[in-house]
Amino acid sequence: MTELPSVPELLDTLERDLRTLLHERGLDDPAMIGIHTGGAWVAADLHRRLALREPLGTLDIAFYRDDFSTRSLHPQVRPSSLPFPVEDRNIILIDDVIFSGRTIRAAMNEIFDYGRPRTIVLAALVDRGQRELPIAADITGYRVSLQPGEQIKLQGPDPLLLTLREST
Amino acid sequence: MNDQLNAEGGLHHFLTVEGMPRELLERILGTAESFSGVIEKSVKKVPLLRGRTVINLFFEPSTRTRTTFELAAKRLSADVLNINLATSATSKGESLLDMLRNLEAMQCDMFVVRHADSGAAHFIARHVAPHVSVVNAGDGRHAHPTQAMLDMYTIRRHKGDFEPLRVAIVGDILHSRVARSQIHALNGLGAGEVRVIAPRTLLPKDVDSLGTHVYHDIRRGLKDVDVVITLRLQKERMQGALLPSEQEYYQLYGISQERMALARSDAIVMHPGPINRGVEIESAVADGPQSVILNQVTNGIAVRMAVMSMCLEGRATPVEENA
Repeated sequence: MTELPSVPELLDTLERDLRTLLHERGLDDPAMIGIHTGGAWVAADLHRRLALREPLGTLDIAFYRDDFSTRSLHPQVRPSSLPFPVEDRNIILIDDVIFSGRTIRAAMNEIFDYGRPRTIVLAALVDRGQRELPIAADITGYRVSLQPGEQIKLQGPDPLLLTLREST
Repeated sequence: MNDQLNAEGGLHHFLTVEGMPRELLERILGTAESFSGVIEKSVKKVPLLRGRTVINLFFEPSTRTRTTFELAAKRLSADVLNINLATSATSKGESLLDMLRNLEAMQCDMFVVRHADSGAAHFIARHVAPHVSVVNAGDGRHAHPTQAMLDMYTIRRHKGDFEPLRVAIVGDILHSRVARSQIHALNGLGAGEVRVIAPRTLLPKDVDSLGTHVYHDIRRGLKDVDVVITLRLQKERMQGALLPSEQEYYQLYGISQERMALARSDAIVMHPGPINRGVEIESAVADGPQSVILNQVTNGIAVRMAVMSMCLEGRATPVEENA
């Protein structure tokens, strides 16, 4: 079994790297969006740490998934809420675990239905590789290679904890 | 009536609320809730049903229902075809089944059916190809399940849980598929008390078996209710002398401001439309602060999006995490 890092330490890393990236690229007054459910937990913490002006946005990408024809809708899809204009904004998009890249593709499609952002940067708590689409995170807290059949999951919201388990 | 469910217990057709498990009714309301955010976006669409084709088969005229079904399908990115059969097809002598075969041959995924005969949507559901879903948009006096569910959604949004609620349905219960579906939905969702208020001539014979309290005196019936549902007086369906006159009906059963004062002070007033002003409801009530009639229309889109997407969603497979 792989030893997993503590989430608060990873959040320290994400905060530090985000501040550096925003500064270096001159991304003024960014707005933050977390992807339900784990990404929204991570985003809530980072949003507070960075003291952003606009309230946090959240996306539930269930209606934008590319596999609707082969599986059911999740019974509890929360309405997406972007309480700020997306048009011409610098957006920080947050997810908990990046894997195939399909969630991020769906999230970007949804964001563009609200308007045309100036930039989107992507930060993920964990990158477990095995991408199926040409999508990369700008900032990652922790990279891990999993054994076949292993899943990494963020539990929360309080406390936030990474767990590893065998998928069935 | 569970030929409308698939092997996993999900929706395949949506023909009637009667016999529908409570869990599924609640899932429709929950899914509708999640679609409510779609209209806040600049692109008021989600790509869920991209590439699917929905055909609105309306054998009976309708504006509101057909428009909101069309809008719901479009907001789900489906392609929509409206076939108005009051003016075409069957008048040339083509049988209904031949017409269905032809429409199926055009690779459509869903029929939304409105028909003046009770049981028409069930008949079509029994005869379509297995991959085609049928949604009942009103059949005769029998059922109008999406209208009932949008009414439930409206009640839940304004009043919360159903358990403590007293709901009164006022008017022409006999001819009303809406009332029938509402009664099944309210009982299915566990509403505290369902009352029907109507003259004897406008009540169905089986009203006692529907699980309602019957009132003929509107003043007693409206006492302390949380929700007042007014029904349209269906003049076009009336045969024989069921009513003395519209004026007398208004005198006896019209919803006026004075009568609304008998209900709870925070009661809401609903009407499935179209309204006969001054017949079943006074304008001051229909346009007043307790009226949620236009909210019902808006909510109809989200509820129809929920029903359509639930009928057409893929069969359940194990959920893959962090994809």
